[in-house]
Amino acid sequence: MISVRNLRKSINGQAVLKGIDLDIAPGEVLAIIGPSGSGKTTLLRCLNLLEPPSGGQISVGDIHIDAGRPLKPQQKLIRELRQHVGFVFQNFNLFPHRTALENVIEGPVQVKKEPRSKAIERGRALLAKVGLDGKEDAYPRRLSGGQQQRVAIARALAMEPDVILFDEPTSALDPELVGEVLTTLRGLAEERRTMVIVTHEMSFARDVADRAIFIDDGVIVEQGDARRLLSAPQHERTRQFLSKFIGDHHGH
Amino acid sequence: MIEGNLQLVLDSLPFLLKGALWTVVLSLGGMFFGLLLGFGLALLRLYGFRPLQWLARVYVSFFRGTPLLVQLFMIYYGLPQLGIQLDPLPAALIGFSLNMAAYTAEILRAAIASIDRGQWEAAASIGMSRAQTLYRAILPQAARTALPPLGNSFISLVKDTALAATIQVPELFRQAQLITARTFEIFTMYLAAALIYWLLASVLAHFQGRLEDRVNRHERDA
Repeated sequence: MISVRNLRKSINGQAVLKGIDLDIAPGEVLAIIGPSGSGKTTLLRCLNLLEPPSGGQISVGDIHIDAGRPLKPQQKLIRELRQHVGFVFQNFNLFPHRTALENVIEGPVQVKKEPRSKAIERGRALLAKVGLDGKEDAYPRRLSGGQQQRVAIARALAMEPDVILFDEPTSALDPELVGEVLTTLRGLAEERRTMVIVTHEMSFARDVADRAIFIDDGVIVEQGDARRLLSAPQHERTRQFLSKFIGDHHGH
Repeated sequence: MIEGNLQLVLDSLPFLLKGALWTVVLSLGGMFFGLLLGFGLALLRLYGFRPLQWLARVYVSFFRGTPLLVQLFMIYYGLPQLGIQLDPLPAALIGFSLNMAAYTAEILRAAIASIDRGQWEAAASIGMSRAQTLYRAILPQAARTALPPLGNSFISLVKDTALAATIQVPELFRQAQLITARTFEIFTMYLAAALIYWLLASVLAHFQGRLEDRVNRHERDA
């Protein structure tokens, strides 16, 4: 489904990603963990080219982007790729001047040119699915952080993407609101949706992800079955990192 | 005395209103073309190639940094020396538009730049193009920031159209001048003209307020 080869990214001459290889299978839930500054968010943002990689190949389905060549001529392909790859931001990034429902239907109507009535019908269903029926006409400002993030998830779902990327989706939330977003994510995982989640919620990652990768200093240090990697890491750096989360019951 | 003045104002009213019509034409024209050109300049400054960015910057600097009256004189009295002869009205309209564009360019540039990068990214993440993003996500939000200073500039423009009198445009102030030259009722006539300017500016301010309410709709609590 997604395959990444030798993905590299430098910022101001500093190598942030040093040749990442990664394959994600359909229906797989992948957790990306690692210390801050390790490159895990950059990796996620490179996957849908919000961040332009410095080199390497990215394939989603039959769309191939070669980051070794100039990206500008590939812009159309990149936009097509993004329609297949949903993204949920740490800070939600809802459109503040649009209601919850308008946020959700924006992509289907404006990008996929779906008939508005059909998009509205599906948008309502998606908002209900993330537990927000009755909030269709609310502007983001009037929603809590957890509600905004769930609208953002519905907005990503509305594009019917092949995979959704989550960039620390609960990091900006008040502690009491984390649970509702994790519950939504758990529900999506149960539907066998393909998801890649950068997270600090270790117990959530252990319970929900099929596979986990630990990134440090721009390289994948360790990867494997999420439960095993998170409870019995093989690599010393992984162990050191995870030891800081001992006693973490956040998100339950 | 008062009755006589009132009669004079009433008699002069058709002339004043005819002048006011030109004032409105110059104001609306200047706003429209100024906004259009200013938007283009703002986009150039934000996203244009380096040399174009620099040109836009010089343009804004020149038209904001020199007196509008001098600009009008250059266009109406100066250009004929270069073989470009313009009638008073087009000359004034061009002058006001070029001048207005410099102000709106700065206002729009700042307003667009103030929108959080996350909005561009959110739109990109659902596959929107840059033009779509600008139109659907960025401009409606930038309008909130831009409307109050735009309103100020537009109201200034309504008053500045009086300068067109100096290049023979028969607008409101010019009409008042012509009537005073005939009747010597200087204070009364200029007061009448001032009241009409005030009315026009107030109408504009009213619409500005309505528009601001509209773009701020999503900020309301209830």
